Amino acid sequence: MERRKLLKLTAAAGVGAVVGPQILVRASLPVYAQGSTVKVGILHSLSGTLAISEVSLKDVELMAIEEINKAGGLLGKQIEPVIEDGASDWPNFAEKAKKLIEKDKVATVFGCWTSASRKAVLPVFEKLDHQLWYPVQYEGLECSKNIFYTGAAPNQQIEPAVTWLLKNKGKKMYLLGSDYVFPRTANAIIKSQLKKEGGTLVGEEYTPLGATEYNTIISKIKAAKPDSIFSTLNGDSNVAFYKQLKDAGITAKEIPVMAVSVAEDEMRGIGGKTALGHYAAWNYFQSVDTPANQAFVKKFKAKFGKDRVTDDPIEAAYIAVQLWAMAVKKAKSFDINKVRLAAYGLSLDAPEGRVTMNTNNHIFKTVRIGEILADGQFKVVYATPQPVKPEPWTPLIPTPFKGCDWTKGGNIKASLDSRDSSVALTLP
Amino acid sequence: METVVTQLFNGLSTGSILVLVALGLAITFGLMGVINMAHGELLMVGAYVTYLSQNFFTAYAPQYQGWAFVVALPLAFGVAGLVGFLLEWSVIRFLYGRSLETLLATWGVSLIFQQLFRNLFGANNVDVQSPSWLEGGIALGDGLQFPFRRLFIILLAGLCVGGAYWFLNNTPWGLRIRAVTQNREMSACLGISTRRVDAFTFALGSGLAGIAGCAVSLLGSVGPSSGLNYIVDAFMVVILGGVGKIFGAVAGGVALGEAKTFLEFLTSSSLATALVFSLIILFLQIRPAGIFPQKGRGVDL
Repeated sequence: MERRKLLKLTAAAGVGAVVGPQILVRASLPVYAQGSTVKVGILHSLSGTLAISEVSLKDVELMAIEEINKAGGLLGKQIEPVIEDGASDWPNFAEKAKKLIEKDKVATVFGCWTSASRKAVLPVFEKLDHQLWYPVQYEGLECSKNIFYTGAAPNQQIEPAVTWLLKNKGKKMYLLGSDYVFPRTANAIIKSQLKKEGGTLVGEEYTPLGATEYNTIISKIKAAKPDSIFSTLNGDSNVAFYKQLKDAGITAKEIPVMAVSVAEDEMRGIGGKTALGHYAAWNYFQSVDTPANQAFVKKFKAKFGKDRVTDDPIEAAYIAVQLWAMAVKKAKSFDINKVRLAAYGLSLDAPEGRVTMNTNNHIFKTVRIGEILADGQFKVVYATPQPVKPEPWTPLIPTPFKGCDWTKGGNIKASLDSRDSSVALTLP
Repeated sequence: METVVTQLFNGLSTGSILVLVALGLAITFGLMGVINMAHGELLMVGAYVTYLSQNFFTAYAPQYQGWAFVVALPLAFGVAGLVGFLLEWSVIRFLYGRSLETLLATWGVSLIFQQLFRNLFGANNVDVQSPSWLEGGIALGDGLQFPFRRLFIILLAGLCVGGAYWFLNNTPWGLRIRAVTQNREMSACLGISTRRVDAFTFALGSGLAGIAGCAVSLLGSVGPSSGLNYIVDAFMVVILGGVGKIFGAVAGGVALGEAKTFLEFLTSSSLATALVFSLIILFLQIRPAGIFPQKGRGVDL
């Protein structure tokens, strides 16, 4: 019985996608809109090696949901989170995504951290025509109608960071990353950019995820004498790398490290004194000086304790929930496709500043570069004057043309150049 | 020239960490035949003890902060040893002689420990600051620097190996351990309580893991799942060196450390790991019992 209902639903969604949302008429209300609550899925690794990063995202998503519920809920319903543990295991992510959609009948899902987990759930969300909000910066080269990306695309983090390094620290760059898809793709982008902007690549190294011995690589770095190191190391390795770099007598003045996966939360394990003076590129830092951020940090600390810190993915997870709620209000419906269309053009005064949802499912974001202070916080040393337009398909890597303007029926590359400020709302 | 010296030192330093981590395992695996998959988590117990000691000193005696690490060393040995003792008493003693069951049971224990750390200390890594007297290093000329932390770990590894060797050869308890290892039934007939020797040996191996935990907290990260990173290397060292021999662990650790850094310098980190594995497989084809095989009359050696 349930299966038949589901088949019908999927078929209806499939037909809807083909004929266009305007003639999509469903006989009855979708399952998630019945009753006095609406369920949403939260899918993160709460155990395993990635719990270190993802637990905070779950926390802040619950905080955002609680705020919306306190303010009266959505369309007269309270939001009921259904939390699933992806357990740092990609097949498990796909299973849990399927369970959330089919069994729990959630209205939308917030989740994932690694690109591997996102790639694992992507076919599930596309096949069942459902919706995922993905809150982490990533390597780009993807644009699914069924995923909203609230973290940075490469042109909103990696590319500006490279340009800044070349301009301020010198032309010779050393690339160091963990051995998986994000660092390899990021470095392919960087290498192409170095060629274009007159930089020199003096070395490129990858270490297995979780590696803790960096003295040999540091010897190689010493021998190569770079002006800067671009680090795409992830997770535990960062602690070992910064400690051993300092031990080898290399200071941030001599060879600064620019990281794209080290934020305030990771700094708690590294220690500000150990990584003093090195840099990280993000869209958001806890130290960003906006009224929206001051309120956000205050709420976060009040809820989770004064030792806890906010950071970029945490903020991106928070605004994902807020943007979804805004889109639901605008669409006056929980329907996936109506919400998606309503989301385009929405602006929000987020903690990081004004963000706007582009028609390619990514958002306009301000790019910032922060210098690490002794207390593990970042001092913003550079920020773009305007939010940067998201370009998931970087022109720096040749790929077959892929567009993602879903408002125009699919594969047309277009963008939301004139941001519609009339729909701008502020946080509750 | 400088690079060669640096690399030799790096290899020795990597090796000394491997020796420290593998020493406890050499005792529990080598002498008792227990495949303890929770060894990495016992190491984390030591690392978290270091973290707690640091926090205690920061909160109550900030002027003696430099002593936090010194206090942590014996404390980590004691706490990890106690945890090991409880583990032996509650799980392992029921599984002696059944290595596969021990493997599974201790693997389960390791998962329980990881989640426990996560609940107690949070999912995030914690920051262990090394004492100020270990900051910096001896700089010899241009570009050649021996960090104090690395030198300290090499010294610590030497002390632990010497201590364990002395203990096993010169104390009544050590002699009992060796007797039980060689012939359990006969030792029992001679009035040695093999039950108590087992528990004690396991606690000793666990305590050494705790000390290793202090050492690795100086270099890398302390987090609920960091123990996993060390367990594979530790088993490699023990098997390469020859099961049940302390000097096997030393030879295995140093050989592995040097091979790793040397190959990593010539190739890349991932490739070096693969090459090291291949070399070990080749070596074990020629000498299945490792560098220092256990002397005995068994036909399988």
